[in-house]
Amino acid sequence: MGERRSLSFYVLSVVFALYVLFLYGPTITIVLLSFQGPRGGMTFPMNGFSLHWFSNLWQGIGVPYVVDALWNSFRLGITATILTVVISVLAGLAFRRRFIGQNLVFYATIASLILPSIVVSLGIALEFQVFDQAIKSVGDAYGIEAIQANYQTAMGLMTSGLGAHLTWTLPFGVLIMFAVFNRFNPAFEEAARDLGASSWQTFRYVVLPLIAPSLVGVALFGFTLSWDEIARSSQAVGADNTLPLMLQGLTTSVTTPVIYALGTVTTGISFAVILIALGTVLLVQRRRLRHGSDAGKGLV
Amino acid sequence: MTIRARWTSYWQATPLVVVLGIFFVLPLLVMLAVSFWTYTGYSIAPAFVTDNYRDAFDGCASQFPTLCTTFRTYASTLKFCVIVWALTLVIGFAIAYYLTFMIRSNTVRLMLALLCTIPFWTSNVIRMISWIPLLGRNGLVNQALVGAGFIHQPLDWLLYSDFSVILAFVHINTVFMIVPIANSMARIDRSLVEAAYDSGATGWQTLRHVIIPLAKSGIAIGSIFVITVVMGDFITIGLMGGQQIASAGKVIQTQISALQFPIAAANAIVLLAVVLMIIALLVRFIDIRKEL
Repeated sequence: MGERRSLSFYVLSVVFALYVLFLYGPTITIVLLSFQGPRGGMTFPMNGFSLHWFSNLWQGIGVPYVVDALWNSFRLGITATILTVVISVLAGLAFRRRFIGQNLVFYATIASLILPSIVVSLGIALEFQVFDQAIKSVGDAYGIEAIQANYQTAMGLMTSGLGAHLTWTLPFGVLIMFAVFNRFNPAFEEAARDLGASSWQTFRYVVLPLIAPSLVGVALFGFTLSWDEIARSSQAVGADNTLPLMLQGLTTSVTTPVIYALGTVTTGISFAVILIALGTVLLVQRRRLRHGSDAGKGLV
Repeated sequence: MTIRARWTSYWQATPLVVVLGIFFVLPLLVMLAVSFWTYTGYSIAPAFVTDNYRDAFDGCASQFPTLCTTFRTYASTLKFCVIVWALTLVIGFAIAYYLTFMIRSNTVRLMLALLCTIPFWTSNVIRMISWIPLLGRNGLVNQALVGAGFIHQPLDWLLYSDFSVILAFVHINTVFMIVPIANSMARIDRSLVEAAYDSGATGWQTLRHVIIPLAKSGIAIGSIFVITVVMGDFITIGLMGGQQIASAGKVIQTQISALQFPIAAANAIVLLAVVLMIIALLVRFIDIRKEL
């Protein structure tokens, strides 16, 4: 293509560069500021360079439960990721054939993605509140002591909180799997079946390896979306705090760069997950290029 | 297909149906029911009253044509919607166009697209906080402007204002425009564009009569995303507006923290209705299943 670049190419290149700067500039700023010296403030200039605020963070900033929040977000994220991958793959397989109610499930998935998070979050909170009230009134009505003495609420990180996260991560996972299976060539499976593979064998040895890179993608969405989720968690996690909720609370009360340190750690974990995911996909594709085909190599 | 094969789809879809049923459909139904309930200080009680809705639209009829609180809040939220939608659309379209039509190497395109999408996988709250050291009274922007002698006093409207709210919305949501629009554009047959040029169309005419109509579906999907996010938002408006700017979502959040659950539910139903109407308008432009 020896064709000369038009003026619009250069103009749009500048626009693109500015957009990328706009996208990353602020994050780079707080990463820099989190290395602020012990006497440094919330803005520039840098007053020295230290890890002071990270050690401050590690000691818990004097704010209770910061480390708990980190741990809560982490285990919630892992659980949401595993469930998202499994449920999305199954749903993807289901939608390859026609079944009754197919459209309804599809539109419910889309709706779960685009309806306002505050509405979903409040709905889940109300559902659990009504459920709690029902359990308690049953306990009172029949004098069941175990309920009267011990039952507080069914709401919690791994019940309502996990559910709220799944309403957000699942649509992404399911839509990705739909796109994957739309482009999936059924000839591979037919070949496997013709060679006598059972349906489990066909899935395990033919379908699964082929869709593996996409599953890494689904897992990436599952973890990062859950790790950063705030709007749907806000009313639905119960007494526990997740990291984004904690961060949001800290913005009003903390006036030192320690909040930037927390932001840097959180972003660092996100980036680590993204890099691992992208690296895995690249690795799988490399291996495929090397081992994928024995065409032309002849039979030994 | 054997009978067993026919049942396979049903059990495979079951986990998704169960999760969406328990955590999405049922909660919405409970919310609809609770919006007609009554409440005391500590619990909610089944009833069928319309007080909550009357409360939500308190004074809207009597004060007319002066806008009541709810209408004012919705007007303000819609204003943010329109501004953010226009900005993300223009920026998102330009970026998508650049990536699709101006980058010739597939590897470079993939790298640049990743560059645009990676922030989507990081925390929105942190991306909002990141603006504070830039836009604050003593922030970098004010330091630079004062230092360069453009202004004598630091600007106050940079942070915790309509400006910073819009900035953060655009910052976070432009990716929702880029991805679907680029996806639509990637499907445009290049020979159509070539044909337009060969027939003597200018770049602008090609854009106007070939590319935009063919990218319509992506534009609509992106618009739905951006508009629904902004309509229901309470986090960005809260954080970047210094908790001073009202929005439809924030009203609901305030009522929840005051434990006025049925009123919050009624307001949520109203918000849901408004959002659904907007989606119904935009959905005419797309066939979602063709986009996957």
